[in-house]
Amino acid sequence: MTNAPVAETSGGLTSNGRAGWPSGLGFDRSARRAAVAILMALIFWHLGSTSRQWLGTSLPLIGSVPAPDAVVRAWIHLLSDPGYWQSWLWSTVRVALGFAAATTAGMPFGLALAANARFRSTVFPVFELLRPIPPLAWVPASIIFWPTQELSIAFVIFLGGFYTIVLNVVGGAEAIDTRLIQAARSMGASHWIIFRRLILPGVLPSIGVGMEVAIGITWEVVVAAEMISGGGSGGEASSGGGLGFFIWNSYVGGAYPDIIVGMISIGIAGYLSSAMTRRAVAYLTPWKKRV
Amino acid sequence: MNAPVLRTSMRGAIEIYDVVKVFEVRGVCVPAVDHCSFSIRAGEICMIVGPSGCGKTTLLNAIAGFHGIDSGSITLDGTLLCGPSQLVAPTGSDRIVVFQNGALFPWKTNLDNVAFGPIVQKKLSKKEAHEKGSQLLAQAGLSGYEHKYPGELSSGLQRRVEIVRALMNDPAVLLLDEPYRALDALSKSVMHEALLEIYYRTGVTIFFITHDLEEAIFLGHRVVVMTSRPCRPKESFTIDIPHPRRYEVLTSRRFRELAAEISAAVNEEAMKSFTLGEREG
Repeated sequence: MTNAPVAETSGGLTSNGRAGWPSGLGFDRSARRAAVAILMALIFWHLGSTSRQWLGTSLPLIGSVPAPDAVVRAWIHLLSDPGYWQSWLWSTVRVALGFAAATTAGMPFGLALAANARFRSTVFPVFELLRPIPPLAWVPASIIFWPTQELSIAFVIFLGGFYTIVLNVVGGAEAIDTRLIQAARSMGASHWIIFRRLILPGVLPSIGVGMEVAIGITWEVVVAAEMISGGGSGGEASSGGGLGFFIWNSYVGGAYPDIIVGMISIGIAGYLSSAMTRRAVAYLTPWKKRV
Repeated sequence: MNAPVLRTSMRGAIEIYDVVKVFEVRGVCVPAVDHCSFSIRAGEICMIVGPSGCGKTTLLNAIAGFHGIDSGSITLDGTLLCGPSQLVAPTGSDRIVVFQNGALFPWKTNLDNVAFGPIVQKKLSKKEAHEKGSQLLAQAGLSGYEHKYPGELSSGLQRRVEIVRALMNDPAVLLLDEPYRALDALSKSVMHEALLEIYYRTGVTIFFITHDLEEAIFLGHRVVVMTSRPCRPKESFTIDIPHPRRYEVLTSRRFRELAAEISAAVNEEAMKSFTLGEREG
């Protein structure tokens, strides 16, 4: 999963239409297609969840899902509930902090791995041993290590983003053409200038890809971490809960439509943060814009 | 033909003396350059022709200081670049390389690329470097492209920007490693005339590696044919077609005579390297 984006950036500087919509007529067409697909999914959902009424017996799995109209009604009700928005806020803050920590730690770490062979041969094996451990497997250990619930959640989120960003930085740094370095050297650039003006902008696109992947993982992790840890301080849904705890709490309280609301909310949150990350990366790497 | 007075650089004389470079490939020593000696005059366009993989680029890298030599010496304008006392030449802005596939910085605009050398060497302020850069870009027919990124230009124009970037450093010698290899024949001919135009204006010494015989004869004062690996000069041909040259030269009788003469020498080496390749494979 982490290698594919690296390969994509090292493929060349001719940026492709990976991000964003195709222009002109294509936008309308693909937007229409998306709308039709979402509508069909809603119809399927509706028919499935109401199968008991029109079929006499409820279909397996989907038959026990709350119907879309129940979810919409629950959602409208929740929109005026400060607890729901608090959950959004808490999860967003956690994701933002964990992601920021993963990026700020992962970038120099990845650059050091790429730049220094001795550091790499010492540290990389340990890194590779730890990497396959899923962030969620860290939850119990993390609760023991860290003094507060909040810190242990933050740590697990951090792990979720860290590995992806490090690997992409290393891959990006290795993909930089040695001839660029040679050219800069022969024009009298110092080590610092080569680092600052060549290596850093050179890895930026791969860092961007790593960030895009990492923010998605971060959302996956935050929700699970909130469920397992009981939603942070006190365990009240209205205080430190977060969307993960919101879902869990709805399940425990039997408010099944709220579960679906929570799930869709996370989908929206993940989509928005990926889109924002993509925008930020595109802004920082203007030379990759489409010709 | 009454030739106009052409500016010729007083810098860039290169003396290559008895240079040896051996690479170790999986425990086997492969000589890349073998007791190679020849010299390039200041202000000369010296074309190096030889079969691919013969070690021409090894020689260029040794002059540029990208890697060392095993014995022999190379001097530039009487100053030792590399020799027994220091096997690796220091890199320096007196010898700028223009690479085969280009080495413009993709994240810098063309103007920032061109201004890079003087700014990092603190020879010029950013403003001065940009002024000089715009001026040179305009002279090379590249005005309007200053604030575009290299990726937005055709590869022919990219190569032109790269040569301008090299000239901004006021080098004693330009080291060109098959810069036009990837171009189609039409762009190539345009690039050749553009390079000559730059040469007539600056007189900078040019060390030019190529496979293309027509390119070699059209541009060079001299064509040095190299032996197949290990690399050493086999024969040197003076191209007595007067400068400034225009594209009509290509169809002249003298051009065809020279081409016949030189291609005989080149073919012999190409065959040798071909059979050598067969045996290795």
